[in-house]
Amino acid sequence: MSDTQTYFSNLKCRECGRLYPKEAIHICEFDFGPLEAAYDYKLIASRLNRETIASRPQTMWRYRELLPIDGEPTVGQQVGFTPLVRADRLAKHLGVDELYIKNDTVNYPTLSFKDRVVSVALSRARELGFKVVACASTGNLANSVAANAAAAGLTSYVLIPANLEKSKIVGSLVYGTQVIGIQGAYDQVNRLCSEIAGKYGWGFVNVNLRPYYAEGSKSMGFEIAEQLGWKLPRHTVIPMASGSLLTKIHKAYNEFIKVGILDQQPFSVHGAQASGCSPISEAQKKRTDIVKPVSNPQTIVKSLAIGTPADGYYALRSMAETGGSAEDCTDEEVIRGIRDLAEYAGIFAETAGGVTVACARKLIESGKIPRNESIVLCITGHGLKTQEAIHGECGEPRVINPSLREFEALIANDSAILQTQN
Amino acid sequence: MSVQVRIPAPLRKLTNEQELVPAAGATIGEVLENLNAAFPGLFERICDEGGNVRRFVNIFVNDEDIRFLQEKSTPVKAGDEISIVPAIAGG
Repeated sequence: MSDTQTYFSNLKCRECGRLYPKEAIHICEFDFGPLEAAYDYKLIASRLNRETIASRPQTMWRYRELLPIDGEPTVGQQVGFTPLVRADRLAKHLGVDELYIKNDTVNYPTLSFKDRVVSVALSRARELGFKVVACASTGNLANSVAANAAAAGLTSYVLIPANLEKSKIVGSLVYGTQVIGIQGAYDQVNRLCSEIAGKYGWGFVNVNLRPYYAEGSKSMGFEIAEQLGWKLPRHTVIPMASGSLLTKIHKAYNEFIKVGILDQQPFSVHGAQASGCSPISEAQKKRTDIVKPVSNPQTIVKSLAIGTPADGYYALRSMAETGGSAEDCTDEEVIRGIRDLAEYAGIFAETAGGVTVACARKLIESGKIPRNESIVLCITGHGLKTQEAIHGECGEPRVINPSLREFEALIANDSAILQTQN
Repeated sequence: MSVQVRIPAPLRKLTNEQELVPAAGATIGEVLENLNAAFPGLFERICDEGGNVRRFVNIFVNDEDIRFLQEKSTPVKAGDEISIVPAIAGG
């Protein structure tokens, strides 16, 4: 038994607290509550500190005591530690003092935060002896499972709604994975996957390996705290599909406090959704903890189009416990959000990033996020993956002949040049 | 009045592996009580100590979730099909 084996102790039901062995299981046999990784925090507190973390390579695995595998990671060892960017021009545009972008558009290797969860899930899948891994996905997860499985030599199947963005489909196919397009919405893909997972002996990263997979998202929270100089932002705005990322960033902040890496301090987590599929945001605004499923999501934000969010209840609880709020935004506002982030921070995000920026703007304008407090926006995937969503929305290049005369005529009254002369 | 109740795989140990079982009752609450009389232990798996349907269990009457009807007071009539479905993960 390696030294690290004792940090991650059990799986535990979030509802009743029953303990389970660390196997490929994800729900409580008794009450069907989700299982979650449990740790020996006393032991971790005695071994892990800021200096130890800072001395390690700049990847998500520098927090490995708080991630649920037994040995050393064998898949995705280079994932994470993406830039936390201070975005002063965007801050000014939104009318706030202190704004940062946690930029997972450049996560390794598939340009979304999903590399974090897949790195943990596939490392654990190998420890448990799986030869075939699989997932239900709205695109980013499929890309990441395909790439990381290819690198690790695991056979993979990815199941996706057949109507996803072309770039996301190609972004899975290229790795030689088995892509199965399902005629239906994500929730139907998901239901099918839970039937397949029960029948075949495969490691489904977001079904039977979900307790391991989901913990990978905590690394985004750990990194934010470390990169801010070992403190928490007062506000973190997080996109919500299943709601899992929001609950795990909340958990990460709490764990750093629990093991003594951070002092107790106030923080709020806020959730962002697209109006065409906003079951969690709707429930938060109505102050109810019953999440009403959306049977027919209608939004350009396909990566967040989960009508029956598995962690909706817990996301609501995280927001309530931290004084956070939820917002949702129209497709037009999403596009404006994407363009604002690009034009004022130089970061090209996929549609979910547009949601985060647009909802942050609403939370600021409604006073739920005070303008003088620190804010981190979690930007989770690269814009190249959903280019079709903004085709025609950013103008077109002006085409001329290779002639200086034509060029001079073109820029004579160009506003971009006039601005630099003021 | 009799309705058919669809039992999910994890609970079939309690129903002698039967997938579809008949039960009597005028409301979901009565159906659950009667099911428990026939198959002891079933009720506590579906409802918590306060008698409320557990958070990660869904009950559907002809494909409508009772959370958006009248919860356990939802009336049922002969021929209705009731499904007990654990919530699914994913995402």
